[in-house]
Amino acid sequence: MCTLEKHGDVFVLTLTGSSDVDEHRFGPPAIDSILSAIAKAKAEATPGSALITTSHGKFFSNGLDLAWAQAAGSRAGARERLLYMVESFRPVVAAMMDLPMPTVAAANGHAAAAGFTLALSHDYVIMRRDKGVLYMSEVDIGATLPDYFTALFRAKVGSATARRDVLLRAKKIKGEEALRMGLVQAAYDSEEQVAEASMRLAKQMAGRKWAGEVYAEIRKSLYPDLCGVLGLDIRAVVSNSKL
Amino acid sequence: MCTLEKHGDVFVLTLTGSSDVDEHRFGPSAIDSILSAIAKAKAEATPGSALITTSHGKFFSNGLDLAWAQAAGSRAGARERLLYMVESFRPVVAAMMDLPMPTVAAVNGHAAAAGFTLALSHDYVIMRRDKGVLYMSEVDIGATLPDYFTALFRAKVGSATARRDVLLRAKKIKGEEALRMGLVQAAYDSEEQVAEASMRLAKQMAGRKWAGEVYAEIRKSLYPDLCGVLGLDIRAVVSNSKL
Repeated sequence: MCTLEKHGDVFVLTLTGSSDVDEHRFGPPAIDSILSAIAKAKAEATPGSALITTSHGKFFSNGLDLAWAQAAGSRAGARERLLYMVESFRPVVAAMMDLPMPTVAAANGHAAAAGFTLALSHDYVIMRRDKGVLYMSEVDIGATLPDYFTALFRAKVGSATARRDVLLRAKKIKGEEALRMGLVQAAYDSEEQVAEASMRLAKQMAGRKWAGEVYAEIRKSLYPDLCGVLGLDIRAVVSNSKL
Repeated sequence: MCTLEKHGDVFVLTLTGSSDVDEHRFGPSAIDSILSAIAKAKAEATPGSALITTSHGKFFSNGLDLAWAQAAGSRAGARERLLYMVESFRPVVAAMMDLPMPTVAAVNGHAAAAGFTLALSHDYVIMRRDKGVLYMSEVDIGATLPDYFTALFRAKVGSATARRDVLLRAKKIKGEEALRMGLVQAAYDSEEQVAEASMRLAKQMAGRKWAGEVYAEIRKSLYPDLCGVLGLDIRAVVSNSKL
């Protein structure tokens, strides 16, 4: 599940779990919870808002709840549940693209598959460099990626070589390498430093007092192919009171 | 407004103003003037032609003439004038894509919004590193970018991170950083050095004696999405007398 708190102008969405080693998997209830939190932040957005998404412990998120899928008891049932989660998670990525404020993923730990996708749905990603990896596990698991996952990686990961290493080679990418590959903005030596740096960056962005609607449309205009896959329109907006 | 002069094989388009701190804004008259100058260069093109666009003083150009827009006296009138300038400027970018000769933007000072767009419409950009920034101000101003601006940046700025920093973060980019981000070819320590280096580069390109029509079509073929947005066709051309 997740919680949504406000620290001044900055919304903090925290993926919650039962222990320090909770994988923060995205099953149907968690996906619902995340969607609601993003919708709430959107509803309460003002110029100068920002969002941080984070978690605590060993994992940021290890992705969709495959155990729930397998608990269906049959291969057909498992596939149906997997497809259900993939389609339920699509609006999460769409909502992140549409969110009228700057967004920062404070990746406290491992981010794999849909967890890595969630992080990459943010405008900026900050992670640890002492622990934790970014990892697209799909080829190792034996499943192709949903179209919107691939579209997101093509949108955000500029280097063809990096995309191949991330998606086709299933590289487990530590902080320093993630920095070199342009996957993250910065990498720090502890969960606390990641949290502080993320808050600093979020507050810095919030201080620019951008008009949220304009910000969201400019963001989407950076990723037109991804928006096409997600079915998101991109509009022209002027929010300047003199224009 | 602007002037067009010829230095040997090299056309020099100079954005003119009333003082050293003129912002060289693009109002309807300036846009007309620039379009005419580009058309004249095109009409007089020969194999071995090249074009430099430059200005003098603190600003290369700070973009569209927003003051003229606001002088409409009403918000609706201002928006109408802004839209008018945006649509009038579109053919400038198209004409730069179609120009049958190598082009160099000699950026003597600040280049913001449509000014940055004009610079980036050239094959090569040379700027100062001691003064001046490249800056897409739209998110700060509270307006989304015209489609052809975004298409130009997606065409010319290869790194997804750089595009985000330029368009979504509205970074003010000095010479050294512009070099690192791949936005410019070179950066020098004074307006004179920028002018000299730009002339050197233009003459070097001119010395290749490229068939202008072939050059323009190859240029456009590098940026098919941008050409699509601008409504420009891309044709196959053979100008070799033996083929």
